This record gives sequence, structure tokens and C-alpha cells, in this order.
Amino acid sequence: MPRLLFEKTGNAIWISHLDLMRLFQRSFKRSGLQLTHTQGFNPRPSVSIALPLSVGVESRCELLDFDLDGQAVSREEIKERLNAALVSGVRVLEVYEDGRKLKELSLLKCIVALEYDAGVPEGALAAIMKLFASASLNVQKKGKNGVVEQDIIPMIRSIQAYKADDHTIELEAVVCCQNPTLNPAQLCGAISRYLPQYQPDFSKCRRLELYDGQGNIFR
Amino acid sequence: MTELLQRLLPTVQKPARYTGGEYNEIKKDPKDVRVRIAFCFPDTYEIGMSNVGMRILYGVMNNMEGVWCERVFAPWGDMEEAMRREHIPLWALESQDPVKNFDMIAFTIGYEMCYSNIVNMLRLSGVPLHSNQRQGLKNMVFAGGVCAFNPEPLADFVDFFALGEGEEITPEIIALYDRAKTENWSKDEFLLEVSKISGVYVPSFHSHEYDGEGKLKAVTVREGTPAVITKRIVEDLDHAFWPTQMIVPSTEIVHDRANLEVFRGCVRGCRFCQAGFSCRPVRRKSADVLYRQAVETLEDSGNNEITLSSLSTSDYRELKELTDTLIPYCVGNKINLSVPSLRADNFSRELMQRLQTLRKSGLTFAPEAGTQRLRDVINKNLTEEEILTTCANAFSGGWNNVKLYFMLGLPTETDEDVLGIAELVYKVIKTWQANAVNKKRGLRVHVATAYFVPKPHTPFQWEKQIEPAEYLRRCKLLKDHFYSKSIEYNYHTPDLSRLEAVMARGDRRLCAVIEEATLHGARLDGWDEYFRYDLWLDAFKTCGIDPDYYTVRGFDEDERLPWDHIDVGCSKAFLLRERQRAYEAQITPDCRHGCAGCGANQLLKEVPCDA
Repeated sequence: MPRLLFEKTGNAIWISHLDLMRLFQRSFKRSGLQLTHTQGFNPRPSVSIALPLSVGVESRCELLDFDLDGQAVSREEIKERLNAALVSGVRVLEVYEDGRKLKELSLLKCIVALEYDAGVPEGALAAIMKLFASASLNVQKKGKNGVVEQDIIPMIRSIQAYKADDHTIELEAVVCCQNPTLNPAQLCGAISRYLPQYQPDFSKCRRLELYDGQGNIFR
Repeated sequence: MTELLQRLLPTVQKPARYTGGEYNEIKKDPKDVRVRIAFCFPDTYEIGMSNVGMRILYGVMNNMEGVWCERVFAPWGDMEEAMRREHIPLWALESQDPVKNFDMIAFTIGYEMCYSNIVNMLRLSGVPLHSNQRQGLKNMVFAGGVCAFNPEPLADFVDFFALGEGEEITPEIIALYDRAKTENWSKDEFLLEVSKISGVYVPSFHSHEYDGEGKLKAVTVREGTPAVITKRIVEDLDHAFWPTQMIVPSTEIVHDRANLEVFRGCVRGCRFCQAGFSCRPVRRKSADVLYRQAVETLEDSGNNEITLSSLSTSDYRELKELTDTLIPYCVGNKINLSVPSLRADNFSRELMQRLQTLRKSGLTFAPEAGTQRLRDVINKNLTEEEILTTCANAFSGGWNNVKLYFMLGLPTETDEDVLGIAELVYKVIKTWQANAVNKKRGLRVHVATAYFVPKPHTPFQWEKQIEPAEYLRRCKLLKDHFYSKSIEYNYHTPDLSRLEAVMARGDRRLCAVIEEATLHGARLDGWDEYFRYDLWLDAFKTCGIDPDYYTVRGFDEDERLPWDHIDVGCSKAFLLRERQRAYEAQITPDCRHGCAGCGANQLLKEVPCDA
């Protein structure tokens, strides 16, 4: 099944996962690209997005699988026609004939920006780096069976913290994104729990890249 | 978007409704714009974006050179709270600029329960509430929509009303404002000139006097301005503006589909229905124009569903021609065609079966009353036989779900009529037992009763609303006569409908009540989670207004009505005639079986009435 890589930025980050599916279905229709439909009582156009993205999170590495109904359209043309039909903030970066099996997708590179309105507190950066150098770090995760404790260290492949500007610390991390999954917001959650004095006023995440288990870029 | 708003968005439900940026949203460079209009819909984004009128006028205004119209919706409670906490004034979606910076602030008012939202939105914008507190041309507030046919409860807040259909009057108003702004007119100069545009009502030019009993005694009109204002209509719908490039919301809305209006007006004359009278005369639209617009709309929006809308789509003369071309197009393009408000006649039954090849939709009837006598009183031309025949067909075609809508408290209603509802429902169940193909799945009959609200410009405009306690007694009576497990019965609580009756037939004295209630937090009254009847009762008390005066009292036929100066086309003589026929349980056949002489055809200059 063909796959496309797209980014979600600007105001589009507030569009939910389900709404985004609908938005793509309509954009395909607007661009005259007929999708195949699922079988069943309520046939739906077949599009699926690999890793659902939380509302408010920006991404430059979203994957969407789709299936065109019979038409032979070049990858470049699909990209152009879709981009003309999409909303600002959602942009197709690349179209691939075929994608790798999704179960081989394993790691996500992301940035978590920690914003301090009164300026980055003295000692925050060093404390945060030390925190993530711990042997284990339990955070609370809401699951099907209520709140459970989860050690996030095994799910962090690499992490660096640096001061992006006077008011912002950025955490650049490569984390597991499938089996098990670490929600990057949990990195900020760990800071709030263990370093409450360095809890930021606001934090936001953005996804940068996807990898397989060996660290190769995943498409 | 401000950094502050960026931080609030993650904390509220459905943030996408506050950001704009949808497909086909219109952005202009403020440098090229002389008149900026904040077009406010006094309810949430999901409701407002489903409104066809708003979509038409958004296109009409933005088609004007030098004019930029942007959308504003009422925030949901969580966002409103955040806005108040952080002192963020209400903003327009396209530019994210505060409403208070706009030249004109327009409202479209579709139902009475959003009056509190209008006042609340002005408050959230930081715009002075009262017309006479707003100096100069800036923040000129005007309003239209069906509720403008009795504009008095909003008279203090709105500078002027535009009555009737907006396609033609709106550009006339804006062009005049453009001139006024360029030539630096005073607000009074502008209002005086705008009042000369046919269909414009400036409430501050009318002063109202009441007699000792509180009845409206006299209306004094400023010299040189009209005493009676006639609504505007578009005569030629084939050539009227229709937006085929509509905004496609990025988040789910209530009617998440393309929408095509097939004609305007109604031939039926159901005596309780405000739209049925106030939207007359009937004007046609050609099937070929509609087909072209349907295809353009669908191709441009990428929607996978389209609705053919009107007050009574079965009465669209070219429905067969239209569906003969539209159904194959929709099947070929995997588009669901929905045709709501079909009547239970033979053609509609056949059409329903053809539509079923696309997708099975619900089966809904609105008999409104339980006995033939009462249906004749309200002129609801739907017989028991038609309902049962349609049900039989549907049940044998695999349907096992039916919705039935009724009203309680209709004029002349007795307990016999109430129990007639139960009888009709049992006949539907019997019909299912006789015709169902798969009885294992069981039958669901949803029955809902509403509390009758007499509306202005209908033959029932003078009627009493029954007491809330009496309404509840009738609900209970009905409930006690539903024995089958297949029946699911819901009835509206009387509070909202009582308030609706007050607002619908209210006069200027209600402005104070609305202001008072909203001051204490009344808003989003149409939403169960926010409606607070107690705030309204307190406001009535504080302002010394008795709601019963507008509800259970009824109006005398020779009494001056608060909306007498608004002419929607139907004459008062006709409404009185219809009222009399109602009391005699005499039906008035639909307009196609002979003109009933409502008078609305006199609004037409170029074409005859298509009834």
C-alpha cells in the first residue's frame, strides 16, 4: 500500500486524530484521487495514520497509508494535488510506492520544549540532565486499569538537554514509540514529579523523525 | 495567534474550533480592506458552521471589494472561563483579531434561546451592550435571521435589523456603511440613511408606550422613517448567489456535509409553524442549476454526503428530475444523498427506496398531534393512513426503528387528543408486527413531545401557552398509557419552552431581563449542561416582569402586538382567517390546490409565486 510522509504544524496541530483522517479523506476527494473503500455496512475511504498524534503536538514525520482506486498517478503528482487541497499546516513531504511493515517502526525522535516565563532557573539544566541519567525513573501512566507506575528509562534510547534560549530548555530525545510506547509528554511529567522546583510554565512537544529498531530512518 | 491562546488551547475541549484555518476560509490583507465585519453566530462553532444562511452571507460579504467578513462563534464554557480569567477578548477566527476592533458586528439569529449568547458575546468582546452607549460608526451592531421578525427583545442592544433574506440587502447596507465611513458620518446620520433601505429596521427610531395593564398602547416613529418594515426576499433563486466554495471545517460539526437549498417558502401552511408563513412566498430553483451546484459543491469540498434542504423537500416540483440525475452521480462517486423532511406520499416512498441503495437512513414522522381532529386544527396534512402505509413499507423493507414527534398544549387540545398519540403509536407497533421481516431484532419507537410555543406571524400568534404544570400532567397521562417495551418516550422539560415563548412574543421590556440574566451567567441556554432556569426567574423578578404575561395570558385579537410593525408578507386578515378555521377544525389545502390568499405573493415583482 502506498504511504506518504506529511507534517502537521501551525494551527493544524489542534486538529484531532479522527478529524485529521476525515480531513485527508476529503482532501483526496477534492484532488480527484479516488480512494478504495473499506468493505462493510458503512464503507469508508481507506486511509490510516501510523502513530496517532496528540492534539497540540507538532510533527514533521507523520505517516499515512492510502490506497488509490485503479488510477495510475505519479508520486510527485499525488503530492502536488494533495498539497493544493490540504489546509495550511498539513503538508505532504514525500510519497512512497510502498511502505515498510508498521511493526518494524520502533523509535521516535522528538523535542520537548520546557518554557520558563521568568527565565530558565539557575541549576535547572544540570538537574534535568542528572535526572535523566538515573538508572530508573518511575512516572504515573493512565492506562486501561487505572494509574500505573512505569519506568521510563528503558524506553529512552538517547536524551540531551540544552538551553534553546533564555526562557527555554529543550529535551531532544529518541524514545520507543511502539511496544512499549513512551509518550514524550512523560519526560516533562518526570520533571514535574521529581524536580517540582524546575517544573516549566508550559511545555510543548514536536516529533522530528521515525526509526526502526536499528536506528535506520523508517518509511 | 497569541502565545497566551496557544497555552489555553490544550486545556479546552475541541480546540480546533477556535483557530480558523479551514479549507476555503477567506483571508484578506487588512491594508486592502475598508470595512471589516465580525459575523457572529450566537452559538458554538459546530452549530454555526452547520448554518446555511451564515455560509451564504459569508460569501456574499467577502465577494465585495474592500470588505472582509470574518466568523465569530460563542465559546464553550471552558474557553469562556479561560477568556475571563486571562482577560482575552472574543476574537474572529480568520485574523484572530478582537471583535471590538471591527467596523461592523453582525449577528444571525435563528432561535430565541440564543439571545443570551448575543449579549454575552458582546460582553466577552468588551463592546458596550447598549446601542446608545456605542458612539460613532465603530462596532455598528446589526442582526438578521428568522428571530428578527420579532426583534423587540433585542431592541436595546442592536443598532439595526435587516429583515428577511440577506443576499441583496446586506451588500446595500455595507456599501452605505463604506460611504459613511469614508465621508465620516455620525452614527445618527448613518442610521437615518440605512433606515431608508427597504427591509432595515432601526429600533431606536420607534418608541413604545404601554397602557395601565402593561399592554403596548402606542408606537411613535421618528419622522422620515418607516412605520412598517417589510422583509426582503430574493425573487430569482437560479441567479442568486450560492456558495459552491464553502468552508470545510477541519473538525466535526453538527451537519458535517454539503447542503443544497432546493427552494424557498412553503406551500403547506401548518398553523403552528413560523417558517411556513414567514418564509413565503414560494420561489423555485431549477433542477439543472441545483445539479450543477451540487456537483460543484461536492467536488470543491470533498464531502461524501449532501443534503437537499428546504422546509418541505417533497414539495419541490422538480424533485424527480433532480434526483434522477443526482442519484447516479452520487452512487458513482460514493456520496451519500440525504433528503430529509420527505412527506409520506407515494413518490417519496419510491424515492426512499432508491436512496436506500446509498445508505439506510432513519424513518421519522412529525404528526405533531395524536388525533385527526387536532391535526386538522393545526392544518398538519398527514393522515394516520399515510403514516401506517409508509411504516408498513419501511418495516417490510427491513427498517425496525421509527421516530415520532408530537406537540402537547396545542390550541383546543383535550385529553382525548393526548391519548390519541398513544393509540397511534400502538398502531405503528401493530403494523410492525404484521410487516416486519426480521422480528428478532425487535422494534424501537422513539416518541418525543414538545411543549407548544405560539410564534409570531402564525395563525396561533395570539394563543395562550398552557401552564407548565398542565403540560407535565399531559406528559404523564401519555406516559401512563405507553405499555410496550418498544416505546422510548422523551418529553422536553417545560422550562426552556416557557422561556422560548416569552422571548418569541416578547417586547422591549425583555431587554432588561436578558441583560440581567446574562450578567449573572446565563448563556448557552440551548445546551442542557448550561441552561439555568433559576437565573432567568431571578432576572424576571429583579426587572419586575411577569413571564406569564407573554405565555399563559394570550394576546387579544385587537391588541397591538410587539411585532405588528414587521411585515413578513402574510396579512393579519389571513392569519385571523386561519385562526378561525383552526377553531372549526377546518383544514386549508396546500397552496398548490388553490391559493389561500396569504398575501405574500405581493412581495414578488418579477416572478409569480411558485406555490
